Amino acid sequence: MNQTMKPLTANTPLVEIQELRVTFTGGAKPVHAVSGVSLQLHRGEVMALIGESGSGKSVTLRALLRLHSERHTQTEGRIVVAGHDVVQMSQAALSQYRGAVASMIFQEPLLALDPVYTLEQQITESIRRHEPVSSGQARARALELFEQVRIPSPERRLQSYPHELSGGMRQRAMIALALACRPQLLLADEPTTALDATVQIQILLLLRELQQALGLGVVFVTHDIGAAVEVADRIAVMYAGRIVEEGPVRSLIREPRHPYTQALLTSRAHGAMPKGVRLATIPGAPPDLSEQIPGCSFAPRCAMVQAQCRAEQPPEFNIAGHHRVRCIDPSIKRATATPLSVLTTPQSMTLP
Amino acid sequence: MSTHVAATPLQAAASSGYWRTVLRRLGRDPVTVGAAVVILLLLLLALLGSHITPADPYASSILKRLKPIGFAGHPLGTDELGRDMLTRLMVGSRLSLFMGITPVLLAFSIGSFLGILAGYRGGLLNTLIMRTIDVFYAFPSVLLAIALSGALGAGITNSLISLTIVFIPPIARVAESVTTQIRNREFVDAARASGASGFRIVRVHVLGNVLSPIFVYATSLIAVSMILASGLSFLGLGVKPPEPEWGLMLNTLRTAIYVQPWVAALPGVMIFITSIAFNLFSDGLRNAMEIRS
Amino acid sequence: MNNAPPIHHVDVGGKSPPLLRVRRLRKHFPLKGELFRPRKVVRAVDDIEFEVLKGETLGVVGESGCGKSTTARLLMQLTPADGGEFLFDGQVIGGRELPLKEFRRQAQIVFQDSFASLNPRLTVLDSISFGPQVHGVSSAEARKLAQDLLDRVGLDPVRFGGRYPHELSGGQRQRVNIARALALNPRLVVLDEAVSALDKSVEAQVLNLLQDLKQSFGLTYVFISHDLNVVRYMSDRVMVMYLGEVVEIGDSESLFANPRHPYTAALLSSIPSMDPDQRTEVPALSGDPPNPINPPPGCRFHPRCAHASAICHQAVPALTSVSLHHRVACHLHIRGSGHPQAPIG
Repeated sequence: MNQTMKPLTANTPLVEIQELRVTFTGGAKPVHAVSGVSLQLHRGEVMALIGESGSGKSVTLRALLRLHSERHTQTEGRIVVAGHDVVQMSQAALSQYRGAVASMIFQEPLLALDPVYTLEQQITESIRRHEPVSSGQARARALELFEQVRIPSPERRLQSYPHELSGGMRQRAMIALALACRPQLLLADEPTTALDATVQIQILLLLRELQQALGLGVVFVTHDIGAAVEVADRIAVMYAGRIVEEGPVRSLIREPRHPYTQALLTSRAHGAMPKGVRLATIPGAPPDLSEQIPGCSFAPRCAMVQAQCRAEQPPEFNIAGHHRVRCIDPSIKRATATPLSVLTTPQSMTLP
Repeated sequence: MSTHVAATPLQAAASSGYWRTVLRRLGRDPVTVGAAVVILLLLLLALLGSHITPADPYASSILKRLKPIGFAGHPLGTDELGRDMLTRLMVGSRLSLFMGITPVLLAFSIGSFLGILAGYRGGLLNTLIMRTIDVFYAFPSVLLAIALSGALGAGITNSLISLTIVFIPPIARVAESVTTQIRNREFVDAARASGASGFRIVRVHVLGNVLSPIFVYATSLIAVSMILASGLSFLGLGVKPPEPEWGLMLNTLRTAIYVQPWVAALPGVMIFITSIAFNLFSDGLRNAMEIRS
Repeated sequence: MNNAPPIHHVDVGGKSPPLLRVRRLRKHFPLKGELFRPRKVVRAVDDIEFEVLKGETLGVVGESGCGKSTTARLLMQLTPADGGEFLFDGQVIGGRELPLKEFRRQAQIVFQDSFASLNPRLTVLDSISFGPQVHGVSSAEARKLAQDLLDRVGLDPVRFGGRYPHELSGGQRQRVNIARALALNPRLVVLDEAVSALDKSVEAQVLNLLQDLKQSFGLTYVFISHDLNVVRYMSDRVMVMYLGEVVEIGDSESLFANPRHPYTAALLSSIPSMDPDQRTEVPALSGDPPNPINPPPGCRFHPRCAHASAICHQAVPALTSVSLHHRVACHLHIRGSGHPQAPIG
């Protein structure tokens, strides 16, 4: 399609991100939202980006579709999706790319869907934007999509406006819209956070099903580890704009290596916790992203911090089986995979 | 709300207050600062104008009628009765600004009261107040002003009254709308849940949040008020000659457009400058008062 | 700064009666009517009944449309109820023995939206001292109390007291809201999704804080949340609501270990699995939670229930005890209800 495409082989990853840095320059000080993220996603693989507010997970996701405002955002690094160089491509190529190669579903469908058009109109418009089909063919495809996402009475629902559907139906409609032009990559930004529990699990399973049926690559951003475990093959944990740990879901959940990942997994209140026991907490608060400190961003809050952590960025280590950690050498760590006990907050720390 | 009983160290460590932030933001915007300077100059002019005028605003001269700008002794020319334009413009600022600001101030007080009452209480009281106001709101403001002035008679006081009545509905509507929004916020619920009376809630929680947006809206009406007042004078319903007032001057200089167009346009230019200054200032004020995290 | 609370409440009823008893609580919201059609009504809360025991944490769970937030507002008397009675420590709220203003001193609420819950024009200290001043505390004393409370909730009064809400993070604001709720020294605190909008790590800190405060101040909590794990951790008893009704209420552990109502079972099985090898295969329920405008006749859950039978269409199941402290509204468990799988009565 354009000169920025590389030839694809069977082993080429679907998504390749190299040293992505995103800085927002709109405010008083530049905000370093993403500071060097490198990722790979293969076809048919689901990757979950986990992190809290300010971790940079949504920013990374949006960079894959180049959704950030061009004026106030500085993007460095390489992003290649199915051979398309996302950072460098022209506006025209970008319009072709969005929807047909990669598309996104959002947290709140009411905000993402146009309230004054019926769903059929929105889907057919998207299809006809990318493919030279007649309106009849586009409508047929819309119906097919609604059936694929399991919306009951699809013909009737196609004629509805977004506000006439319930939350779960709207989310399904948004998924249908995203899949309309047969993308290879589906990006999901907290798609189930705003949904009720019984609906959330339906949507998660639907995503899993569709992903397997269509062979999609999926990048799924969430703060809910449970949702990630249900859907993902790999999980990447982000903190303060960097990936601190990344690996296959089993090994990351069962043997987390980074102190932040460990803390996240143990601080969740869950069924097995005996009552009256205090929750393990991570003291302090996420760092200010307009300040760039030399050492590891998590050092101020880390239970296993050492002198060298504050001096320089910890290197990445590969643990067996494509599991990597950005921390001081895991093999020399005192093998304390025990959960962090409750730490008292030093006076100097600001409580979040 | 904060008392001075608090220890000074506590206050010193506090963040810069809201109003200080607003002032700071206002100071940073050159357009707003410029507009504020113009307004200040105009106000000064209004207060001191009659003391520093080069000539007598009422001194007419048949020989020196409608002289152009730059004429010897009359930098801005003379009007149709030979009176010095510069003097009349300066002295006229007092009445014009008075007619612009006073109705809006009065309407702000009355309209805010009605709107906040209707917005906070809701229900039947709201319907009663707001639908009555809607009746007045339905009339185009110029027509309403003329009709009221006509009914009350000419003169400054009457036109002040009619202009006030014209501005009460829009201010009340804004007040009601803002109050309704605030009233549904959780912090008002929290205040109710602590047992505070309605009056206290309005005083402590509602007023502080509501008066500012209403005030900003009201300042944008000052320009309109000046223009309407000028219009009323133009039609002979407001200020009577020989009082200098910009609108009246526009009226009497109407026919001079063919003879000395620039001189005839001068009162209009003054109205224009004042309107723009107030509008720009109120825009800047609105931006500065936004709460941004 | 470990002061005992300055005002002591009198325990009127004694140890055993519930702190709050709610009977036949009802709230219907009318919708704009169409011409010539009967007015539609949203039956948000429909004749529910429950109690909150002294010193416990009652968790309330349910999905959109179940009425839990409406119930919270009704409890706090922020929305007038259409029917029902409230007994606070045995006294009728708003009656002669317990005027509304006095009740308001004894029960407080913390909302989900930490930013909307604070007056953007007031400093943190001013917001917290408002409540006590309403009840006659002098402004100097109220300010001192506010500083103490800020310290109690983990915020340094010197650094935070003079700040405005937009200068704080979500977790800090919620701590301020908690301090504000405690300023009147209440006995009951309703937490309406109070931690739902916070990051998980912040949530953990605030939950620990809530537990500490409950101990120190001898509080009773009504903890509303959609997060079942958190509810299980925090609550002594749990109430499950569906479409404006209470379907199950009972001891937290036994409810979670052995849910009796089919809806509760479905809800609990919707919690995502944390084990990658034990992923959920089939969702327990299909479709969205319905709208409480035209609830189905009989048991409101019957259209989605795997165990529904004829009786479920016809009769509303009453909340009945199935074991000590555990009540269920389901024909499956009511003796002699007519359901083929019910115990024979």
